[in-house]
Amino acid sequence: MAAVSLTVNGTPVTADVDPRTLLVQLLRENLRLTGTHVGCDTSQCGACVVQVDGKAVKSCTVLALQLEGADVLTIEGLAAPDGPLHPMQEAFRENHGLQCGYCTPGMIITAVDIVRRKGHELDDRTIREELEGNICRCTGYHNIVKAIAAGARAMQGGGAATKAAE
Amino acid sequence: MTATGIGAAVRRKEDQRFITGKGHYTDDINRPGQAYAYFVRSPHAHATIKSIDVKDAASMPGVLRVLTGAELAADKIGGLICGWMIHSKDGSPMKMAPHPAIANGKVCHVGDQVAVVVAETLAQARDAAEKVKVDYAVLPVVADPAAAQQQGAAQIHDVAPNNTIYQWHLGDPKAVDAAFKAAKHITKLDIVNNRLVPNAMEPRAALAEYDTGTGAFTLWNTTQNPHVARLVIAAFIGMAPEHKLRVIAPDVGGGFGSKIFIYAEEVVALWAAKRVGRPVKWVSDRSEAFLTDAHGRDHVTHAEMAFDADGKILGLRAKTIANLGAYMSTFSSSVPTYLYATLLSGQYQIPQIYCEVDAVYTNTVPVDAYRGAGRPEATFVVERLIEVGAREMGQDPAELRRKNFIDKFPHQTPVIMTYDAGDYNASLKKAMELADYKGFAKRKREAARHGKLRGIGFSTYIEACGIAPSQAVGSLGAGVGLWESAEVRVNPTGSVEVLTGSHSHGQGHETTFAQLVSERLGIPIENVSVVHGDTDKVQFGMGTYGSRSGAVGMSAIVKALDKVEAKAKKVAAHLLEAAEGDIEFKDGKFSVAGTDKSAAWGDVTLNAYIAHKFSGQELEPGLKEGAFYDPTNFTFPAGCHICEVEVDPETGKTEIVAWTAVDDFGVIVNPMIVEGQVHGGIAQGIGQALCEGAIYNNDGQLVTGSFMDYAMPRANHVPTLKVATTVTKCPSNPLGIKGCGEAGAIAAPAAVINAITDAIGTEALAMPATPPAVWAALQKSRKSMPHAA
Repeated sequence: MAAVSLTVNGTPVTADVDPRTLLVQLLRENLRLTGTHVGCDTSQCGACVVQVDGKAVKSCTVLALQLEGADVLTIEGLAAPDGPLHPMQEAFRENHGLQCGYCTPGMIITAVDIVRRKGHELDDRTIREELEGNICRCTGYHNIVKAIAAGARAMQGGGAATKAAE
Repeated sequence: MTATGIGAAVRRKEDQRFITGKGHYTDDINRPGQAYAYFVRSPHAHATIKSIDVKDAASMPGVLRVLTGAELAADKIGGLICGWMIHSKDGSPMKMAPHPAIANGKVCHVGDQVAVVVAETLAQARDAAEKVKVDYAVLPVVADPAAAQQQGAAQIHDVAPNNTIYQWHLGDPKAVDAAFKAAKHITKLDIVNNRLVPNAMEPRAALAEYDTGTGAFTLWNTTQNPHVARLVIAAFIGMAPEHKLRVIAPDVGGGFGSKIFIYAEEVVALWAAKRVGRPVKWVSDRSEAFLTDAHGRDHVTHAEMAFDADGKILGLRAKTIANLGAYMSTFSSSVPTYLYATLLSGQYQIPQIYCEVDAVYTNTVPVDAYRGAGRPEATFVVERLIEVGAREMGQDPAELRRKNFIDKFPHQTPVIMTYDAGDYNASLKKAMELADYKGFAKRKREAARHGKLRGIGFSTYIEACGIAPSQAVGSLGAGVGLWESAEVRVNPTGSVEVLTGSHSHGQGHETTFAQLVSERLGIPIENVSVVHGDTDKVQFGMGTYGSRSGAVGMSAIVKALDKVEAKAKKVAAHLLEAAEGDIEFKDGKFSVAGTDKSAAWGDVTLNAYIAHKFSGQELEPGLKEGAFYDPTNFTFPAGCHICEVEVDPETGKTEIVAWTAVDDFGVIVNPMIVEGQVHGGIAQGIGQALCEGAIYNNDGQLVTGSFMDYAMPRANHVPTLKVATTVTKCPSNPLGIKGCGEAGAIAAPAAVINAITDAIGTEALAMPATPPAVWAALQKSRKSMPHAA
């Protein structure tokens, strides 16, 4: 067992873990933040995507012990518990960008990262290519692409929730 | 139509928890003191188990128990079953081999479980599993369904000589032969409907707990049908009496059929929880899912369509070998029989049809229903035959279809189904307009100037869903009825809970069912909640699959609402001191006909419970009504999908440049949700056609055993989709709903393959039409036609 200290959704956390523990396991099991999901074991599906130090990372492919001092944001931290939803979250609901919801947290965090890297005016082709690391089995991606384009434009307003994720 | 009633694109209530990460999927649930299960699985496709030594494993750190098939059998836990009896042509029953929840003496596919380790942590269970010593005697393997019945093939189960489960047929062979003799043209195709892995994004999971104080089990499970799971596990597997087993299907992350079946893992989790005295949690890895979730499709078919001189279809015949895998899964027998052959008429007037199906065992993962379940297979056969027939006879594919469409309803097909209502011309016409079919030739020439091959393909599909009339399926061998239940509980303050036997694993019932209730009772949609997925709350239900929740689930709610309205009117009559016959109910208000006396919904509901205005002799207090709805027929969604592709002849890569879908789903409750279902189904159909395929080698090893090798469609494989509808109301249920959940997956593969074969000018192309496959087909066809450009 070894100790690791990091910040998760703004809260300092220290955990004692088996060195094999993945970040996603730390989040789900030690911290009971079960919004981040596991959908595969080959780092393809993207259900586990979180933000580490401002960038999208597949939490199934990172050992918890690698995160010493890191700043992690999960889907639970995207909007304040008593505050408005992040524009990307709203966009997913408004555009029916989810059905079973299992890939959704990873999609949303990835979407926020696409905006960070590619800006607020995203075309269809760009979004589809950028989603190569996120698999959805329910929606056929059609409405996810719509949601991300809409969310990206809505993020241009730059409200409080958006800033928390930047 | 109101803003939140039937037909409105109401945004989903359930989204709030999913977009904020507050869903409760089975692995999100944790019980005090829970232990973790990890299965030891066979690396061999076919072997006897000479011995299992668990001593070293059992003494590993954190290990509570290591359990084997012998102990399971000693505890008299029954095996897994197939619940649909199919008889062969000779009248003999299907050959159902024993299927213990942990293999006892023999393994029949790679991944077959031979032991389970229960430990304090998952890591400890996995470490200990590596120390379980299993001594196998490897046996010969048969993995290919076409080889399973050959002389000398490995024999898998003693009960099934030649690995043959049944040899079934439907139709009149002599009449079909006569029709073919009279034919002017016969189109023949050999078709493989490729094996698929459903791969819902949430892996299967089971969390089982046994309460020694009450003798009751609780099982949280990723199931599409908690009551069916409870019934089977109690009555057939004998784990516990039905009333001592609670099954909860919380949020479930997709199913597509794969989560209908009762699997070994939940049975073992329950058993282990009792043996070990701790709650036991099992969660599938994705690689484990590839080896244990029921696979889909896997048909090998020879099919022929007979035409007269004008192109009118005289008959269709097909011979199919259906691979059911190593064991018969829960509904497996029905998929290549009554869910397949009965759709071989397609949208066409076909006087004679004959279909033979041999179902076989192979040393592969069991195969069962996967989105469409038999209807994608049927549609692919029919729609490839007619498209190829059109090309062979030099007729336009749309014209040939139109010439053969059924245009009078009800229409009795030669394959049991009676289609109730439809207008196939309307969807074809609309699809051709939206797809600008007329402009295709110009687009094709334009593409050719850039060195690309454009093709266009049709799929005018029909399917049978809204599963199903109980007597009908019972007479065909089903072991269960396929009705649905609903209980509408009105609270004193007027809010409503609907307890439904349907289950949502992405379909949005918490919203759509609430739309129905909100409109009918005239109450705000926020005041309606939908309860599902818990056998302690909902008394019984058959679950969600077969596109049944709208047609059957909502019909049950309508019946219950009818009863609620009738009772509420009685209460209102007392409240308003009027005759019951004079009470009218509209927009949430009860009024006395011909007067201005009225009572609001909330007043009537409160009075139902305080019961001050009537005596118990006149009327029982309360306002809660239940109903069971048994459909009178299948429903028949149908439509036209048109796929346009551009193939790069240098690489064989296919780009889908346009997709047009015009579907008739009858009455639509929420068009946004219906479109979403169509999008998702089309994506799965495109996946089957372009990139998916579960491949076994001759040793029975699953070569495509993870997302590394099994190509799931990504966002850039699926185009933006043009989706529209036409409406012919379903005449057989109160709301007129046909259902929409599977249509996309049923229609799509034929449209894609028809388009690509049109583009490359050869029919010799199998699914998945990957770039290497398309390129090779092009090369082969060019070699045999050296003068073609």
